[in-house]
Amino acid sequence: MLPQERNSLARTLRNVDWLTVAIYLLMVVAGAISIYAASYDFDDASIFSFDEFSGKQLRWIGLSMAIAFVLLLVDARMYETYAYPIYLFMLVLLAITPLVAPDIKGSHSWIVLGPVSLQPAEFAKFATALALAKLFSGYHFALNAKLSNYARAVSIIIVPVVLILAQNETGSALTFMALFFVLYREGMSGLILFAALLSVVIFVVVAKFADTAVMGVPTGEFAVLVIAEVMLAVMAVVYSKRFEIARNLVLWFAGTGLVLWLIAGPCGVAVPGMPVMLGILGVAAVYVAFESVRYRVPAVLIAVGAAMYAVVFMFCVHVAFDHLQPHQQMRIKVVLGIEQDLRGAGYNVNQSKIAIGSGGLTGKGFLNGTQTKLKYVPEQHTDFIFCTIGEEEGFVGSVAVTALFLALILRTITIAERQPSTFSRVYAYCVASYFIFHFCINIGMVIGLCPVIGIPLPFFSYGGSSLWGFTILLFIMLRLDAARRGRG
Amino acid sequence: MRKDYNLEKRKYIIGGFILLIALVYLVRLFDLQINDSKYKQSADSNAFLKKTVYPSRGLIYDRNGELVVYNQPAYDVMLIPRDVQPFDTLDFCATLNITPEQLRRRFADMRDKRLNPGYSSYTPQKLITQLSSQDYGRLQEKLYRFPGFFIQKRILRQYNHASAANVLGNIREVNANDIENDEYYAPGDYTGDLGVEKSYESYLRGHKGVEILIRDARGRIQGRFEDGARDVAPIGGRDLRLSIDIGLQEYAESLMVGKRGAVVAIEPETGEILCLVSSPTYDPRLLVGRQRGENYRKLVADEAWPLYDRAYMAAYPPGSTFKPTQGLIFLQEDIINLNTTYPCYHGYINGGLRVGCHSHGSPLPLKPALQTSCNAFFCWGFKAMIDRRSKYGSSAKAFEVWKNHLVSMGYGYKLGLDLPGEKRGFLPNAKFYDKFYSEGRWSANTIISVAIGQGEILATPLQIANLCATIANRGWFITPHVVKEIQDTVMPAGLLDVRRPTIDSHWYDDIAEGMRMAVTGGTCRRAALRDIAVAGKTGTAQNPHGKDHSAFMGFAPYEKPRIAVAAYIENAGFGATYGVPIGSLVMEKYLTGSIAPERKAMEEQMLNSSLVYAAPRKK
Repeated sequence: MLPQERNSLARTLRNVDWLTVAIYLLMVVAGAISIYAASYDFDDASIFSFDEFSGKQLRWIGLSMAIAFVLLLVDARMYETYAYPIYLFMLVLLAITPLVAPDIKGSHSWIVLGPVSLQPAEFAKFATALALAKLFSGYHFALNAKLSNYARAVSIIIVPVVLILAQNETGSALTFMALFFVLYREGMSGLILFAALLSVVIFVVVAKFADTAVMGVPTGEFAVLVIAEVMLAVMAVVYSKRFEIARNLVLWFAGTGLVLWLIAGPCGVAVPGMPVMLGILGVAAVYVAFESVRYRVPAVLIAVGAAMYAVVFMFCVHVAFDHLQPHQQMRIKVVLGIEQDLRGAGYNVNQSKIAIGSGGLTGKGFLNGTQTKLKYVPEQHTDFIFCTIGEEEGFVGSVAVTALFLALILRTITIAERQPSTFSRVYAYCVASYFIFHFCINIGMVIGLCPVIGIPLPFFSYGGSSLWGFTILLFIMLRLDAARRGRG
Repeated sequence: MRKDYNLEKRKYIIGGFILLIALVYLVRLFDLQINDSKYKQSADSNAFLKKTVYPSRGLIYDRNGELVVYNQPAYDVMLIPRDVQPFDTLDFCATLNITPEQLRRRFADMRDKRLNPGYSSYTPQKLITQLSSQDYGRLQEKLYRFPGFFIQKRILRQYNHASAANVLGNIREVNANDIENDEYYAPGDYTGDLGVEKSYESYLRGHKGVEILIRDARGRIQGRFEDGARDVAPIGGRDLRLSIDIGLQEYAESLMVGKRGAVVAIEPETGEILCLVSSPTYDPRLLVGRQRGENYRKLVADEAWPLYDRAYMAAYPPGSTFKPTQGLIFLQEDIINLNTTYPCYHGYINGGLRVGCHSHGSPLPLKPALQTSCNAFFCWGFKAMIDRRSKYGSSAKAFEVWKNHLVSMGYGYKLGLDLPGEKRGFLPNAKFYDKFYSEGRWSANTIISVAIGQGEILATPLQIANLCATIANRGWFITPHVVKEIQDTVMPAGLLDVRRPTIDSHWYDDIAEGMRMAVTGGTCRRAALRDIAVAGKTGTAQNPHGKDHSAFMGFAPYEKPRIAVAAYIENAGFGATYGVPIGSLVMEKYLTGSIAPERKAMEEQMLNSSLVYAAPRKK
């Protein structure tokens, strides 16, 4: 035994990032209180009663403190050494789960061990993060060096996704997509993220506004063409740093737009919208390409490529959608939250918006929420827990929770960036990415800005698996961070 | 340690992204919580009385739009325990026609946390369910004398036809388990039991609404909270349109009176079930209202098991209705071709084994073998396949190939019917025989009876009908289902997908032709109709529990089939005696709407005949 190792626990505790721990504690305590409020009935028992969700959650919290402590005791190098075995173990667990899990509301994702049920999908999060970190920390590993490196990184992410999809847990599976942020930080071209975002936007816009038309062009596709025009102008400037290109483009688009509007509007002439719009965009693209050659900035061609990609993808969506049966189209629209389905998913979101909206500035006060108390909002102690906070603590409470998440995420990014080792940095970025995804989707869903994807709000939603999963995720990071000086 | 400062800059993009999202969310929250007066805050912190307003349950129509199941109102006596003040118990009991002892027991049950896990003295509790309208009227007049009590309107089901009981199902009060498993339910709610009422519960039930009343400190109702602005109107459940033709269902049930068994008819092109009859059956109206409990107990105790739907739960030996599958497999596996003939000397005689057969020409090829339902042909074919070691390596491997073809045709596993409790029948695999006879110690002759749908093979009448529909379609099927349409939404994913067995579709043409020959000049001549070409196959299944079962499957019209039917009658003798008449009458009724004069006698005979069944086997 080396002399300094005897005090390793003391040293770890001294080096732990106590700010993160404080945020964590604030969140779990606020979470338990919210759960108590969400499931409170007028003459209900105390917050500590084990019959109530809040009491059970307190027990989960107590146990997760113990887990956190144990995680801090473990030598930081162990996490790196055992990253792949842990990952493989989790994959096996995920694979057998649907075989042994009972059917709970259509999903086979729970392993029942006596009195407790656990969801392996929640624990796959930290295991996948470890594996990804391990891959990147390999000697001279550079993501962009060869294509097979991409393949390895992407397969580490995709395998658990496929296994979780097999359990019918689409929401949990999607959370792993967050790890593409990590790939971006580690060198993946930002254009890939941009293309993905653009594709989602185009798909939603085309699908959502397919029923009305502007100048004979479906409104959605018209909007995509306008987006392509704007994108062309903005990107041309970003890549060339020459504002006259943007000026010329804006003049061209605005001028042709005005003429078109006059012809089609007041004069009432039927304009073949699609070819005309494509023509306008095409002329602009040729102009940008010409400028790129003239000023010798080939990067500007990326702007042309992006605009072309938008148009081509738009046609693909159009063709794909036309080939679907009406009921399949309807299902996609309902899933995307495009079609108002007041009987189904739309009902939840509508009720949750009312609950949050009725909170006002300072809220109705603890346990005084009527919308949540009267059980309008389903899943109010799990996925929709933010409703209770919004209703009872008002805008002040919502801002506080948002601020807590913002603080946690930004702190995690700071911690990630100060890591000397690639392993720790990539791991910490994975942690940040999961939190970003959960925060964006969960709150976005509750306030009606995202489609309803059933994933929990970390540390707030009721449930042992999610609490433990996130606790493990966070405290492995803290342990790695505490060891950063020792290893240099 | 290497550090790429170019990449490190990306932390600003990631951080900026999350800040941007947070900003968008804060703007949205500001808009929802402060800007928008629609959700104005209420400073009130009164106590509320939450009164559930029940949505009307979705109605059920048959395929032609005829109303089959509808709603009728019923009244429950509710109370809020904290608000109840001492009242005249005897008057109360007299009004409702109950004894004080019954009332005391009801109160005790209500407070029992095990029977009523949602008990709270502040929330409405159910005391007595489903008052008659007279009791309701009497209580309504006196209600002011019983503070804390109120009457809640509920919905019961009512049925326009005394048939299709197991397809429709019924509704019952939720139990502690239902409440535990589904947040939607509160004590006293109703949920579907059996049939589509159960499998389509989430569509039928709708969303409950709430009416909020304000109470003062003494619990007296002060009026509606914010004039009802926060009330939530209930959203009615979705209506179902069944694929069942209720007229055909009634007709088929009447043919089955006095017999045990099942009749299943499918529209081949869509997989829609036209009638799904299990006999004996019961009147669904028995399971409505306060008599439900007692009638339910009687049905459970009935030795003919009326609640057990023989059409998709019973596993019967398919008998000769199984032979078309054998023809298909032998053709696909190149064991036989259309000209291959096998001998039949009143049966299959090989290796000291004899499987009997009746008189017909010999030797004969596949189509005449189907026409005459020759046992020997299929035994020879089975032996040729299972014992062909040169192709498969071993009997066990050949048997697995054979089994996998059958699985693709829908045997051995649940088809995925949209009703609760479907059974899978039984299809042995090679391991099963390895265990039974020990490995390598069995061959085709050991298990020869499976070739003619006897022995270990068991199938539900639904699986037999589905085979018939697959042949009618010449090689594909859609999972049989009883619901055609759900109001304002789409059918569950995957239910309408086309499924293709692992047999080339052109072989089905030949099997269909063999089945056509069986009607024109074979075992099911009695199924022939005057103007419509019918194809069919009889089945006579031996069984260890008495007389042979009588089975038939058939489809019509031959060229463009609109109906495929399977009829299975327990202990009724030859397939031609009961199966053929009943199955063909159902086809004729569906296709022509009536029964031709020359077939009236047969119809009469079926309507009026009863079979006598021995004492039931114990479960």
